[in-house]
Amino acid sequence: MKFERYGAGIARGMVVTLKHLFRRPVTTQYPEERLTVSRRIRGNELIWDRERCTGCATCAKSCPQGAIRIVTSPGEENDYIVEEFRVDSGYCIFCGLCVESCPYEALFMGYIYERARYRRRELVLSKEELLTSEKKQPSGYARPKVEAALPPQTLLLDRDGVKE
Amino acid sequence: MVIKTEPFVVNIGPAHPSTHGVFRMRATLDGEVILDIEPVFGYLHRGIEKLAEERTYTQIIPLTDRLDYLASMSNNLAYVLAVEKLAGIAAPERAEYLRVIMAELQRIASHLIGVGAFLNDCGAFMTPILYMIREREKILDLFEMVSGQRLTYNYMRIGGVSHDIPEEFLPALDKFIKGMPGFIDEYDQLLQENEILLARSKGVGILSGEQAINISASGPVLRASGIKWDIRKVDPYSIYDRFEFEMPTGSAGDCYDRYRVRVEEMRQSVRILKQAVEKLPPGEVRSEVSHLVRPPAGEAYGHIESPRGELGFYLVSDNSIAPYRFHVRAPSLLNLTALREMVVGWKVADVLAIFGSIDICMGEVDR
Amino acid sequence: MSLFDPGLNPSAYYPGTLPPEWPGGYWIHWGVFVVIILAFVLLMAMGFIWLERREVGRFQARLGPNRVGPFGVLQPVADAIKVLTKEDIIPAKGDKLVYWLAPVVAFVPALMVFAVVPFQDGALLADLNIGILYVVAISSVSVVGVFMAGWSSNNKYSLLGAMRAVSQVVSYEIPLGLSILGVVVLTGSLSLNSIVEAQHIPFILLQPLGFLIYLAAAAAEINRTPFDLLEADSEIVAGFHTEYSGMKFALFYLVEYCEVLAVSVIVTTLFLAGWKGPLLPPLLWFLIKVFGVFAVIVWVRATVPRLRVDQVMAFAWKCLLPLALINLLITGIQVLVWPEILPWAAVFLNLAIMVVLILLWSKFFKLGGGRVEV
Repeated sequence: MKFERYGAGIARGMVVTLKHLFRRPVTTQYPEERLTVSRRIRGNELIWDRERCTGCATCAKSCPQGAIRIVTSPGEENDYIVEEFRVDSGYCIFCGLCVESCPYEALFMGYIYERARYRRRELVLSKEELLTSEKKQPSGYARPKVEAALPPQTLLLDRDGVKE
Repeated sequence: MVIKTEPFVVNIGPAHPSTHGVFRMRATLDGEVILDIEPVFGYLHRGIEKLAEERTYTQIIPLTDRLDYLASMSNNLAYVLAVEKLAGIAAPERAEYLRVIMAELQRIASHLIGVGAFLNDCGAFMTPILYMIREREKILDLFEMVSGQRLTYNYMRIGGVSHDIPEEFLPALDKFIKGMPGFIDEYDQLLQENEILLARSKGVGILSGEQAINISASGPVLRASGIKWDIRKVDPYSIYDRFEFEMPTGSAGDCYDRYRVRVEEMRQSVRILKQAVEKLPPGEVRSEVSHLVRPPAGEAYGHIESPRGELGFYLVSDNSIAPYRFHVRAPSLLNLTALREMVVGWKVADVLAIFGSIDICMGEVDR
Repeated sequence: MSLFDPGLNPSAYYPGTLPPEWPGGYWIHWGVFVVIILAFVLLMAMGFIWLERREVGRFQARLGPNRVGPFGVLQPVADAIKVLTKEDIIPAKGDKLVYWLAPVVAFVPALMVFAVVPFQDGALLADLNIGILYVVAISSVSVVGVFMAGWSSNNKYSLLGAMRAVSQVVSYEIPLGLSILGVVVLTGSLSLNSIVEAQHIPFILLQPLGFLIYLAAAAAEINRTPFDLLEADSEIVAGFHTEYSGMKFALFYLVEYCEVLAVSVIVTTLFLAGWKGPLLPPLLWFLIKVFGVFAVIVWVRATVPRLRVDQVMAFAWKCLLPLALINLLITGIQVLVWPEILPWAAVFLNLAIMVVLILLWSKFFKLGGGRVEV
């Protein structure tokens, strides 16, 4: 193996590294700065709209893991009353097939991704914890109306320059 | 007086410092020279082929994401093509173009990690891999915009793609396409002509063309040994026969050629992306297929050119909602069988350079 | 007349170097300088750790540590506290005395190098008239510490790593010494103070080839990239300091930075005219030059991959050694036969010779063996 290129190869490489010394670094100082996530993010929880849900359990049937458990009982006006709706968000793989398959648009994916807990049983979401509220922002995955209202995503392409 | 020496066995253990996953090699050394090497894998076996027999065809798609986790879109695409072949479903035009765009973006992202990990194993102290990860972040941002996740996308569906692209996707993709050739030139300037990299990788770990064909290698490993074989040209799937691109081949089959083939493939992928974006037609992105697809009884084999080689899915159906047999032809596993021939006779420091240049992903090898 | 008699004035031994009005005699001078050198070395080593991590971060398009203290300045302190609170493990079957002594034997020579380095005009601990020979001799003692560490760990991988380190260091001693001889021939004296005094133009211009050879050989001595196969992350052995933890490991880590500090200081003294410079005070020029040399060493580390062990050996014996001999020959000829071409004509002549030699060597020498038939 000869010492080809007479040392010029190493010199060219060092010029590239030197140029990087004068560029802005691409680090984001988490947790002081947070980037806006995508409008369609499949975040770490599920949000359930009780008014629209009819208890058809299509979501439970389309989950690959079987993480959704629904127990219903027949009601008066020929509909179902949902007694138990439990999602084990520790077992869920956040694929979004349940949200896609709901025919009444009653299930949404969450928008936040910081849901770490100290105990595994706190990851299981029961019926009350799944309900929509003002504090929980649903994400726009498979829900175009919600997607249109969310802010756009921050992209690294906008912050790091385009080289010609 | 003759000093008695004997070879000893050393374990290059499952916890690698480099980014290849849990893989174990038992090497027999004589001083620094390797006499024999025995790969031991199976540490990441999750039983995906068996799990797939109990899930419906649509539910298997998130499962295939996790096979080769660095190239999820390619896995999804190969599986969906296999099911469409089995059930006789066609995808609309816009969906085909979107599939090509996603697959080529994924190829660039996977090659960035592959090349970066190889350069890291050669000792370049994280600088090239961090530059490449910065570019990969841009691609992952694009994927997050479309599908909502950054690693396991679950984007392709049987009969098309799951969602249409949002309106800020195409301007961002244009920005990326304009900037990427400049960044690839920067990587070349950093390390292509570096004498130490040439000394470490030229002529090291040679796999001849005939050996490569005998072990059923595919992908950049095969093309670097001089054989012109790319599934996109030889057996075009989806709409790849409408794009023009070249197939970079090497000549010597050593680590340096494999590295160069991957970098040139990145350039060709940018070329395909440019053409696909220009020709993207309007329309719908998903044909009317129910969630519980019930293909007729039979078998089908759908294969694509994934970044690591030829990825194929073999499906046997018995007219129910779940497949009867689901088998993955993993390119990393077959490329890995050449490791012993390539490594014997070299020194310990070369083992990791050669292993990094094959570019495997343990999720595929173990399934 | 013994040196250990406190009342004696040693300027009889070292004429003209000790400032004659120093009160209290030799031992006060020695005590003050020992304190200064210890403070300098420890503070600068911490500053180097900080500078390296920030600079490598900026080369890689990211920030370095910036959480502990403003700009992360207290990061080495945090590392030291972390390392002190770790458990001190001693291998059961290893040689305990050797295990305990190894970091000490590796660390002390790195400190002793600073005794002969001039910080300012005449401000050094001892102006030995064999200055640079002392430096080369002392710095090769620390490899004994490395070997002791490898042996006493009772671990065959550590022993392999230590033997590789010893062979590498010993091979690079020779080009190191020969490249320094060029500077010595130009000055006419081995004492470091006289070398700095004699540099009316910095010797890097007069000895470009010597500078490059010294930098490469010194980088190999202290196990820096591209010769850092001991600390390589992707090798199977973790080197000679596998079995060390806690403060002993911290001492090895400190040894590495003290040695790189020593190399930077020696390069500044020999090739960059030490403390000389216009306008600013001499100590500030000295610090600027030392940091500059270190910045170049870190720059090389951030860019360049590492060599394999047989390539490292081939580089020392087949490339650096002949080049160093030729450099010495040419410098000798210039000083003896042609003293009037010094200094400026010699600059261009030496630069041209360096370019020709590098081109010749690149064409004809082979870096390391290939595949071995098994």
